[in-house]
Amino acid sequence: MTGFLSTRDLTMRFGGHIAVDGVTCEFAPGTLTAIVGPNGAGKTTFFNLLSGQLAATAGHIFWDLDEITGLPASARARRGIGRAFQLTNLFPGLSVRENVRLAVQGEAGVGLDLRRRWRSRRDLVDRADEILGRVGLAGRADARAGSLSHGDQRKLEVGLLIALRPRVFMFDEPTAGMSVDDVPVILDLIHAVKAEGRSTILLVEHKMDVVRSLADRIVVLHNGRLVADGEPEAVMAAPVVQSAYLGIGPDA
Amino acid sequence: MRFLRALLSDDLPRSRALSAILVAIFLGLLFAPFLFSGSQALNAAAKILYFVVLAASYDLLLGYTGIVSFAHTMFFGIGGYGAGLALYGWGPSWSSVAAGTAIALVLSVALATAIGLFSLRVQRIFFAMITLAVASVFAILASQLGWLTGGEDGRTYQVPPLLRPGFRLFEGEIGGVAINGRIVAYYLLLVTALVLFLAMLRVVNSPFGRVLQAIRENDFRAEAIGYRTVLYRSVANCVSAAVATVAGVMCAVWLRYTGPATTLSFDIMLDILLMVVIGGMGTLYGAVIGATLFLLAETYLQTLMGAISRATEGIPLLPALFHPDRWLLWLGILFIGSVYFFPAGIVGRLGRDR
Repeated sequence: MTGFLSTRDLTMRFGGHIAVDGVTCEFAPGTLTAIVGPNGAGKTTFFNLLSGQLAATAGHIFWDLDEITGLPASARARRGIGRAFQLTNLFPGLSVRENVRLAVQGEAGVGLDLRRRWRSRRDLVDRADEILGRVGLAGRADARAGSLSHGDQRKLEVGLLIALRPRVFMFDEPTAGMSVDDVPVILDLIHAVKAEGRSTILLVEHKMDVVRSLADRIVVLHNGRLVADGEPEAVMAAPVVQSAYLGIGPDA
Repeated sequence: MRFLRALLSDDLPRSRALSAILVAIFLGLLFAPFLFSGSQALNAAAKILYFVVLAASYDLLLGYTGIVSFAHTMFFGIGGYGAGLALYGWGPSWSSVAAGTAIALVLSVALATAIGLFSLRVQRIFFAMITLAVASVFAILASQLGWLTGGEDGRTYQVPPLLRPGFRLFEGEIGGVAINGRIVAYYLLLVTALVLFLAMLRVVNSPFGRVLQAIRENDFRAEAIGYRTVLYRSVANCVSAAVATVAGVMCAVWLRYTGPATTLSFDIMLDILLMVVIGGMGTLYGAVIGATLFLLAETYLQTLMGAISRATEGIPLLPALFHPDRWLLWLGILFIGSVYFFPAGIVGRLGRDR
């Protein structure tokens, strides 16, 4: 059993507000799970707990058989849990290539080398350039990351995630705010990762057509609680989802 | 050219103007004993050498990693007192210098590690305050432990014979200058400064150095791509402290005196800060230019103003305004002006981006 990410009774409280409420869930390798729910349902908080940006108030997170609940984000990243952020979160003053190369170098574990010139690691620079080609940023490699358009910054964000060669890919609304032309680039990348069939992919997404085209499974969060979990068609048809997420049904 | 690239770790100056200035500074320092006569000039050149090292090591923290520390003069002082007290207590031999340096380095790195592990997790402002507190405690200790440090008076001592003014490397002269121990000492400082500077240039252009910049840019994201930021900050803090310590040794060997005013005073901390800011943060070349400009201004502004004052004699107001006693006023105006007009420092102004 490898590549299984699971949570048990995972809970996060902010003062009196319960953002994530006793979520128990398992994500298997080779599957793409979409996490949906209305704004404020706790999707991003749930992601932050999984990747270690927040420390859970209660409950457990397991990576295969190891408990990783208390590990810092850097240790989880090194174990293969990679994350692309919803609000773009780059190194704005460094070049686009340098951004990706830092992630490549992190994955290769050579960050504590003080002695060699970074340019002498041709393999790392080449890999960074190869990833820039995949996300369609080869032409902007020398630009400052902070000077990129919003769409290009989102592509770079995904490039950083791919560079980490993670076993779990966490995409937090990867296409939010992107132009119509740019969206297919990102979706193709997610498709390609999925087609390899080895990785566990988690996707927070609002656009239902994207969810339908990609997801093997849908998990619905509402007020921090897991209210539905299963095959896309079944979940979309469930009354609880119709009322909670789509705003139609008995209550509406 | 490839050799030069390797020596400078691929970090060549980004513009012609910058290269020209750096080459001029380098040549000036290289031939200082022959170009400029008098001990004032040689003292100024030597001071530039160890302050370049000190400012560059501070930039490693401030400019590259984004850490604000006020403990840098403490590490400088540990080096100064380490070498100075060893020469004072164990006699003027090379083994005293070596032992004093080794003890100082161990103490500095241990202190830097302790400060780092205790306080680099907290917010930057708290780290700055903690370094300020530790540095103050150290300065008070140095002045109170009079039996060891000589208190406020400091210690005067002899250096190894090779470095004494009476020593002659050989009979005769080069370019009309007798090669005495002071000149040997100067070149010892020059070689040390050059080696340390090139080593730091390598560190900031290594994979490690890039992580430091990533932490400065966005520590949250650096953590998310797998870098334990506390560890990297601590290592940067230790490297910077170690280099500052060696700068302190250079100072102690050159001055043949170590006291609070030459190593630990808060004025020196402010000077270093100004050198780095004027030269340009986040570039080691900035530290070279900043330190050189600052120390030249400090040393020669009075002389220059005396000349201007005499030249403007007869014109109302101007001679009084340029009277040599007002040199601090003009130094202040120069600094405010440079920070106002070159917020990214001189190197930033000269075109840092390719």
